[in-house]
Parts: sequence; C-alpha cells; structure tokens
Amino acid sequence: MSFQFTILIPLIPLISFLIIGFLYSKMSNKLAGIWGSVSIFSSFLLSLFTAYRYFFEVGRVNGVYPKILGFDFEWLRFSDSLSAHLGTLIDPISVMMLVVVTTVSLMVHIYSIGYMKGDRGFNRFFAFLSLFSFSMLGLVLSTNIFEIYIFWELVGVSSYLLIGFYYEKNSAVAASKKAFIVTRFADLFFLIGILILSFYTKTFDFISLTDPSNIAVMQTGSITFMGLSVTTWALLLIFIGGAGKSAMFPLHIWLPDAMEGPSPVSALIHAATMVVAGVFLVARLFPIYALGSDQALQVIGYVGAFTSLFAAVIAMTQMDFKRVLAFSTISQIGYMMVGLGVSGYGNEAGLGYMASMFHLFTHAMFKALLFLCAGSVIHVVHTNFINEMGGLRKHMKITHITFLIATLAIAGFPGFSGFFSKDEIITAAYHNNKIIFYTELLVAGITAFYMFRLYFRVFWNQEASYEHKPHEVEKTMTIPLIILAFLSIAVGYIPFGNFISSDSMPLESHINWGVASASIIVSFTGIIIAWVLYKKPSNLPERIVSSIKVLYTWAYHKFYIDEVYLFVTKKIIFNLISRPIAWFDRHVVDGAMNGIAWTTSWVSESIKGLQSGQLQKYALAFVSSTIILSALLIYILLNV
Amino acid sequence: MNLSLFVIIPLLTVLLILFSKSIRQTRLIAAIGMSVQLVLSAILVVLYVSLRKHGNADQFVFVKDIEWFKSLNFNFTMGVDGISVALIGLTSIVIFAGVFASWKMEDLHREFFISLLVLAGGVFGFFITIDMFSMFVFYELAVIPMYILIGIWGTGKKEYSAMKLTLMLMGGSALIIVGILGLYFHSGVSGGPLTMNLMNLSKVHFPVEVQMFLFPFLFIGFGVLGALFPLHTWSPDGHASAPTAVSMLHAGVLMKLGSYGVFRIAIYLLPEAARQMGPFFMVLATIGIVYGAFGAIMQKDLKYINAYSSVSHCGLILFGLLMMNKTAMDGAILQMISHGIMTALFFALIGMIYGRTHTRLINEMGGLLKVMPFLGAAYVIAGLASLGLPGFSGFVAEMLVFFGSFQHADLFHRILTILAASSIVITAVYILRVIGIFLLGPVKNEHHLLLTDATWWERLSAGTLILFITIIGFYPYFLTNDLIGNSLEPILQKILMFN
Amino acid sequence: MGKPIRITLKQANDMMGGLALQDFLVVSTSMFFIGIFGFLTRRNLITILMSVELILNSVNINFVAFNYFLHPEAMHGIFFAIFVIAVAAAEAAVAIAIIINIYRRFKSINIENVSEMKY
Repeated sequence: MSFQFTILIPLIPLISFLIIGFLYSKMSNKLAGIWGSVSIFSSFLLSLFTAYRYFFEVGRVNGVYPKILGFDFEWLRFSDSLSAHLGTLIDPISVMMLVVVTTVSLMVHIYSIGYMKGDRGFNRFFAFLSLFSFSMLGLVLSTNIFEIYIFWELVGVSSYLLIGFYYEKNSAVAASKKAFIVTRFADLFFLIGILILSFYTKTFDFISLTDPSNIAVMQTGSITFMGLSVTTWALLLIFIGGAGKSAMFPLHIWLPDAMEGPSPVSALIHAATMVVAGVFLVARLFPIYALGSDQALQVIGYVGAFTSLFAAVIAMTQMDFKRVLAFSTISQIGYMMVGLGVSGYGNEAGLGYMASMFHLFTHAMFKALLFLCAGSVIHVVHTNFINEMGGLRKHMKITHITFLIATLAIAGFPGFSGFFSKDEIITAAYHNNKIIFYTELLVAGITAFYMFRLYFRVFWNQEASYEHKPHEVEKTMTIPLIILAFLSIAVGYIPFGNFISSDSMPLESHINWGVASASIIVSFTGIIIAWVLYKKPSNLPERIVSSIKVLYTWAYHKFYIDEVYLFVTKKIIFNLISRPIAWFDRHVVDGAMNGIAWTTSWVSESIKGLQSGQLQKYALAFVSSTIILSALLIYILLNV
Repeated sequence: MNLSLFVIIPLLTVLLILFSKSIRQTRLIAAIGMSVQLVLSAILVVLYVSLRKHGNADQFVFVKDIEWFKSLNFNFTMGVDGISVALIGLTSIVIFAGVFASWKMEDLHREFFISLLVLAGGVFGFFITIDMFSMFVFYELAVIPMYILIGIWGTGKKEYSAMKLTLMLMGGSALIIVGILGLYFHSGVSGGPLTMNLMNLSKVHFPVEVQMFLFPFLFIGFGVLGALFPLHTWSPDGHASAPTAVSMLHAGVLMKLGSYGVFRIAIYLLPEAARQMGPFFMVLATIGIVYGAFGAIMQKDLKYINAYSSVSHCGLILFGLLMMNKTAMDGAILQMISHGIMTALFFALIGMIYGRTHTRLINEMGGLLKVMPFLGAAYVIAGLASLGLPGFSGFVAEMLVFFGSFQHADLFHRILTILAASSIVITAVYILRVIGIFLLGPVKNEHHLLLTDATWWERLSAGTLILFITIIGFYPYFLTNDLIGNSLEPILQKILMFN
Repeated sequence: MGKPIRITLKQANDMMGGLALQDFLVVSTSMFFIGIFGFLTRRNLITILMSVELILNSVNINFVAFNYFLHPEAMHGIFFAIFVIAVAAAEAAVAIAIIINIYRRFKSINIENVSEMKY
C-alpha cells in the first residue's frame, strides 16, 4: 500500500511558510492565520489518514508492524557506499509522532489566532510556526540519521526564531541565542556520533541500522577506544545530541529561558514536540542501544532519573508561571528517558520503551494544554509571576477547568492519561533498577506538589489586585483548550502496547497494582501538601522556606548551573581564548607581517645614504673600485 | 563554446565604459555586460552538462590552444571541467551582484567600474585557462586592480591595507612563479618538450625530491590568497578597507583563486608531496578554522567579523582539499562556491548597512531589524547560512568535508576532524552574537529610526545571492555530483595512482 | 715672422732621439692621475672640468705615443686623438652650459651645493 503521499505532510507547512514569507507585508493577518491553520489542518488530516491506513489497513505483517519507506530519493552522495537520502519512513513511532505533532500544532495554530491578535509580527509568527511544523514533521518522518540531523538543525533554528520572536526585548534575544548555542553544542556531539556510526556501518539508514542482525555484525567487528566500544561511543555521542534538544542535565539550561517566547510557542516547541526529539531519537535507534550497548542505555537511565529529580526540585521554588512549567517539562522528559533507559528489547522487557513513548504521547497533550492555559492566564493578567495572581477560577472558568484536568493528568491522578503512562514507566523501573525506581517515585510526589502549588496559587488563594478585571479569553483560544483537555483524559485509554513496542510485537501491559498504589499514595501526598499550603493564603510556605533557607536559595537559583555556564563562556571562552586570539592575531601574526615590512624599509633607510648626490663620492667609488678590480685582475692573470 | 568570450566580454564592457558620460550610463553598461556574462555562464553550464550526458569523457572540454611564445612552448590554452565551470558560475553571480551593490558609486565611477571589471576579467581568465603560464598572467591581472580599488575607493586606513594586501599577495606570486618554473623545467623528465600545459603536466611523474621541493612553494604561494594560517592577515584589513563590491569580489572569488590553485596545481600535479607534507598543512588549516572562528568572536567591526569568518571557512576548503579523497574534495570545492556566494552576500549587506548608518561598529547599532526589515532579514539568512544551517549551501559543503575527512581512520585525522567540526559551534556563537547586538534588541540610536530599507538594486543584489545559496542548499546533487564529483574522478585517479 | 720651419720625418726622428715610449707613458700617467686627483678633490665645477680635460689629454698622449712607437705605418692613434679632442670640445661646451645653469640656479658653482638628486 502506497504511502507516497506522506511527503505532503511536511511539505504543506513548508509551502505555507514560503507563501506567508514572500507575501509577508501584503497578506492580512487574518488571512495569514487562517492560511497557516488550514495548511496544518490538512497535514493533520493526512496524518490521521496515515495512522488509520498504517495501523488498520496495512496492519501487522508476520506479527510485526512493517517499516515502510513512503518516499525516498538520493539527496547527496558522500561516496559510492554512503549517500544521504531524503524521504519518509512510516513505522509505529513515526506515525504516533505525526499524530502528536500535527494535533498539537493545529491546536496551537488555532489558539494563536486569538493569542497573537493585533501583534505587529502576526504574519511572521505564523510563518515561523509553519517553518517549525515543517521541520518537526520532517524530523519525525526521517528515513535516516542524516536526514534527522538536517531537520534537527532546522527545528533548532525555528525554535531560535520563535524564542526570539519579541526581538526588541533583550532578554528574548539572549534566551534565543542561548537556546541555539547550547543545542548546537550538543549537536556537535551528535554529528561526531553520526560520523562514527556511519563510518563503521557504512549506512545512515534507520532500517538497516536498527536491524538486529546488523547490530551483531557491528558489535563483533568494532574496535574499542578508551575502554568503550565504538558503538558505545557513537551512541553516547548521539545521546548527547538528544540530551541537548531534550534539555537533559547539564544541557537543560536553555529551556527555562526559552519561555521568553510567546506561550503558544512554548506549548508547541518547548513542551510537546521539539523537546521530545531527543527521546524520539533514542527511541528511533533503540534496537542499537538495547542490543549494542548496555552502558549507553544505563547512562541514559541515570541521566534521565537525575534530571527528573533535579528539575522537579527546582520547579518547587520557581515563581514564574512558565518557568515552573518549563522545569516540569524537563522533569517529565527525564521520565521518558528513564523509560528508555530501563527498557530492554522485545517482549515484556520492552515495557519501558512502550511506556516512554506512551508518556511522550500523553505528556504532549497535557503539557501543551498547561502551556496554553498559562498563555491565557498571562494574556489576561499581564504578568508571569504567580505571586501576582490568585483567585482566577471565578473569572476564567474554562481555563480553570482545563488547567485542573491537565494538572491532574500530570500529577498522575488515577483515571487521567498521565497516570497510565507514568505508572508504566515506574513499573518498568521497578523491574529493572531500584535506585531509579525510588527516585521516580519521589519525583512523582514532587510533581504532584509543585503542579498543585501552581494550580492553587493561581486559581485559588487570595485574589490579587489586577489592573484590568480578568475575563475569559476568546473562543479561538478556549476551543483548543477544551479539545486538549478532552485528549488529556482520553489518550490514556488507548491500548498503547498494541501499537507501539520495542520490537513491534503486541505488548499487553497490566497495571502493577503494587507499584501503582505506591505512586498514587505519593501523588496524593503531594497534592494534599500543596492544598494545605497554597489553597488559602497562609504564612506556612514562608516558614518552611526560612527553615531550609540554604537549600531553597540553591534550588531557587537553579543550583547556579547558569552561572557556571556564564563563567565558562564569558570568562573562559571570551576572555581567555577569544580575546587573546584576537590580540595574538593583531600583534603577533599581523605584527610579524608588519615587522617584515618594517625591516625592509629600515634596511632601505639605512643604506640610502650611499646615494649622497655628491658626484665626487660616486667618482671616488668608481675609481677605487676600478683600481681594486684591475689589481685583482692583474694578480689573477699573473698567477694563472 | 568559445571560452575566450568570458574574458572578451568584460574587456568589451571596459571599452564601452571608457566612452560613458555619466554614472547612469556607466552602471547600465556594467550591469548589461555582467548580465550577459551571467547568461553566458548559464549557457556554459547547460552546454557542459549536455556534453557530458553525451558521453564526452575528456578531462577538459571546449579546449582551444593558441600559440604564444613558440620558442618556450608557452601556449594560451583554454579548457574547462566541471569544477572550473562551477567556479565561473560563482564568479558571474558575484560580479553581477557586485555591480548592483555599487550602484551608487558616484566618485570616479568610470575608473571604478573599469578596475572592477578588469579584476573580474582576470578571475574569469584564470578559471578558463589550463596552462600555468596564462593562469599566472591572469592571476596577476586580478591582483593588481585590487590595489587601485582599495587604495582609491576604500575606507579607513586604506593605503595601508591596499599596500599590505598587494604586497602579501605579490609575495605569494613570487613563490608561485618559482613553483611554476620549477614544474616547467622538470616537465621534460620523461623525454617530451618542456610544457606549461596542465594536461601534459599531469602525465609527467615528477621525481619525489622535486615534488617535495616545489610543493611548499606552490601551496604556500597559493595559500596566501587562500587565507592559509598564518598568512591570512591581509584579509581582515584588506576586506575592512575595501569598497563593498571589491570586498564581495575579493572574499567571494579572489580567495578561491588561491584554493583553486592549491587544488589544480599543487595537489593535482604533486600528489606524493601533498600526501607526505599534507599533515603539516592540515594542522595549519585546522588552526585556521578554529582560530578564525575564535578571532571573530571578539571583533567589533562587522567587516572584521566577516573577514575572520572567511579565514575560518577558507581554512575548511584547504582542510578538505588536503584530505585527498573524493568526498572531502567535493565538499571543499562546494565550500569554495558556497562561501563565495555567502560571504559576498555578507559584504554586500554590510556595505548597504554602512551606507545608511555610517558606522560598522556593532556597539553603535542596535535593533536595525525593525528599521530595515529586508536588510536585517537578509543578514540573518546570511548568518544562518554561514553557521551551516541545512537548506543553505554551507551545510552541504561542511558535511561533505567532515564525512570525507572522517574516512581517514587514524587518530590524527580524527582529532583534526573533530576540531574542525567544533567550529560549527563557535561560528554559531559569533554569528548569533553579532546578530543579537546590532540587529535585534531595542534601537540604540534614534537617528537610525529614520533610515530606509533596501532599494530595488540592493534587493536585486542580495536576492540573487540568497537565491543561489538556497538552491544549492536544497538541491546540491547537481553541483556535487554532475559538476564537481564527475570532474574529480580523473584527478583522484592521478592522485591515488601514486599512493 | 721668418719663413716657416720645415722639418723632414728624419729630422723629427732625430729630435725625439733620446726619448723612449716609457717617457711618454710616465707623462701621460702623471697627467691622468693629476686629473683624477683634481676631479675628486676640487669643489669648483670649472676646476673639475679642467681636470677632466687633463684626463682626456693624457689619453691623447697615450694614443699618439703608442701609434708612433708601435705602429708607425698606421694613423689610427692620431685620428683617435683628434676625435677625442673634438668630443672634448663638445663636452666642454655642454658642461659649461650646465655649469652656467647651475650657477644661475644655485648662485654657486661649488659642487657640494648641488645634491638635489640624492636618494
């Protein structure tokens, strides 16, 4: 069955980008908004159609979902044995990602029509959104690791453009720059990883790379470097690339700052889609990780676990609405990484993989919803700080209910989507690694606490004094919220294991009630603590804070990681490398050249006195030279 | 196709300009002449490809041999392969954009355009000839007008820069002529007559000692023009002082003469020496890549930033060439073209911005994107292309070079490759830094609020260049495979024959 | 004035009786170096010109002497001497013209003042 049409899914947004970009000033805002939304809507329909056709019409072949090349052409030939193709690869995870990306993107497009109304850069915003959608869809459909790198860079730049959307604000400019450079730094490792992998396997192609029989060949033939096999090196380097995009510790620093972008952007890029690209990448290459290198997988598990805890702790202390959500995103992506890290390949061992993808799916829905709600709230109250908000439940009913649903979902409240997916990750961790299991259990509690802290602080608590009376936002903004809220509950009931598993075989997942009850108890504890502390105004939070002053300050300042980076870049790279090089170039290299020129003119200056203009000096020189030469000549002639 | 047209048309244009009465006429003539040249290059590309399609497997096509000095067996031999065709295309694009970028060159306009076109003629001549003597003549023809152009129409300490640039390039020429003569006088070792013709020379197998002796002369001589570290210092001053079109042409095309010479003469004719002395120059090239990028971070003048960035990017060309395998060389030659267009775009935009703000110091500007959206957006695009974003030509070239160099499986090459690859991060740092400071943020100087956006000729100039980097970025296959890749085959055969 | 004195070649040879080639060469060499000395040490352009004349005339003596002693049958030496005299006359004319111009410009014919062309 042909999947050639799948190439249209990314191409439609690209065309939309080009049209809005070229007709930038001629297009009315309304038209641009509708144009962008319609094109992403068509991509959305095509994605649904792809999913239907792939899962239900094609279905399983020999018990597994086949990997289908929908479209493929040679883009660049590196050598006779290695060439980069562009195309679309249809397999369970790419189809799932298609659905996720187009759904969230569509919601965000619709939402943005209302959110961005009256903004000078309205058309630019939609052009960039289309560009992003194109890049992200291209990324998930990539057939090979080189293509994924191309789109990897493109989503990076779309994210740069969108974070720096309000480019007249210095903080936005700095944030966009930071986001791009940090991810670019990670991409360098990704690139080196690709170089290594492609050198030893002679292919970029995912299908042949992840073929279990090829992995074995690679293992036996590969050499080692510094005690680790080449495969492990390549995989670790690729993971660093993924960690950069997915904001894993210690490359997470860009994501909180990225909240400088408009809220719909945060919802789309920095919550639901681009930031999970790292998880997607690891999932894409999962067979190699699982079969080729245990070490790499363990690193992923520990990094994920640490990041989830670390970010969750910081999230408890932040006062900026979107930053709390940003740290929560980091923490949740940590969960997904943990899922992959504790997973094995095939059958029951592959539970973590399935759970991770499941969590990616549910998280995209409820986190996008959270950000869109945050956008609505900020849109209305014109501040980002939660201590300047409160009591909004009366003014913004729809936003309040949808936010509550999303919060329950992320907190792992039974019956909501987050509960199912998170629970499966924790179960997988329970079977695999007890340290990670307890960490994740703890994080589940912290998550519930900080999310409800946010919820109670913003929607309950004492009513803050607002400049304008808060009101519910317009329809284009509430409809996406309602749809996403519905999805945040509903997607949890999808029998996910039937569609996605590490080896494409059906995986029946059962709720492990022991683990589940533990996580439910932990979540409830978190919710109750938040309820006690923040539902009504009280001085209890301050008292607690002052009792753990040092810890709180550290967490509040994000453990000073930003400062470390700032020190490294400003002090070391700028002042200790770049400035000396600039100096060296001007004074040593250039100085050497000038020195040569100076020497030449000095020599000339010092011998020019010979040309005195005194005729008799010339004559003397002439005569004496003649005499000397004649004497010499005579002497030689006589002695011959 | 008669290749000499590529030299004749610029010269005819020069002749016509002699009779022009006003700047309107001058620039019109120049624009028409260079449009014809652009069309001619397009025709050349089409003819070349169709000739290859029909199975012509000669190394050089459209060969024409005109006797020059009979007693010395110096001929004026023309001929092109895919690589020179690509570079001729590049030159036409850049000079076309350059003419439009100097639309408002009011003072001494006739002389300016004449020098510019003579320079272009020299470059075209260099690319169409395949005998070293004519190449050298055209090389000199291209370098000399530079002095006049910078010395008269430049800005800042123009006399110093013009002098420095010319003297350093002349120093390079001195080394080149030694190398060329060395090759010439050894070309008879296998019994034939002494020759300057590349086709004949490539059949001669020079003794290894001769190769080892001549290679440094040729490599360093051409390397000066190709911004080989540490002989690159003419470039920042020269570019900073030169008028817009000259910077464009110089960074865009003239620097490629150096790398082309390295490729066509030094490496092609002396492969064993290139293999043996390669590591040393590779280290220099890598230093150039990283060093240029770091050097660019702390610069304050837009043109200096770009000049250092050119050092870094041109380092990558030499780096790729020295890897001596198809992928990397393919990438290096693509990088010549890509960097040529990209840096021309940069200099054009800087010139246009400077024409409005009268400063090039980034600290004195801010928020210009708001004031001049077209120029700002174009600068951002140029910046993104420069930092190797997919969809632009630079990405393809970089990837080819890195993948090519990674094919050498030893630690030395690996480390150099990784170092060279790290430049993509540093490039991102300085590009984004500069964009952040002078294009984004609030407008710093309220006088700048009154500035206007690009005029039609500026849009045409920048638009042409953007168009080409995007085309190459989106569909590099034609260039890397049909033009460059296939022409690399005979060259690689020779290089690899002796190893 | 009385009748012109006519002498034959024979008589002339007799008159030269005791003189050998060396004697002429001694004279001409002394004249040459006196000329060189004058050329190098005098500061007055006229004196320098006169020194040049001395050098030229010493050469003339050499020409004639060699001609007489080595190739009495030929006349080349004598012709050369006449030639040199003619050139010297022309040279003197040009040189004096230059000197006059220099004098007009510098109000001096001291050679040390005339060094405009240095460097």
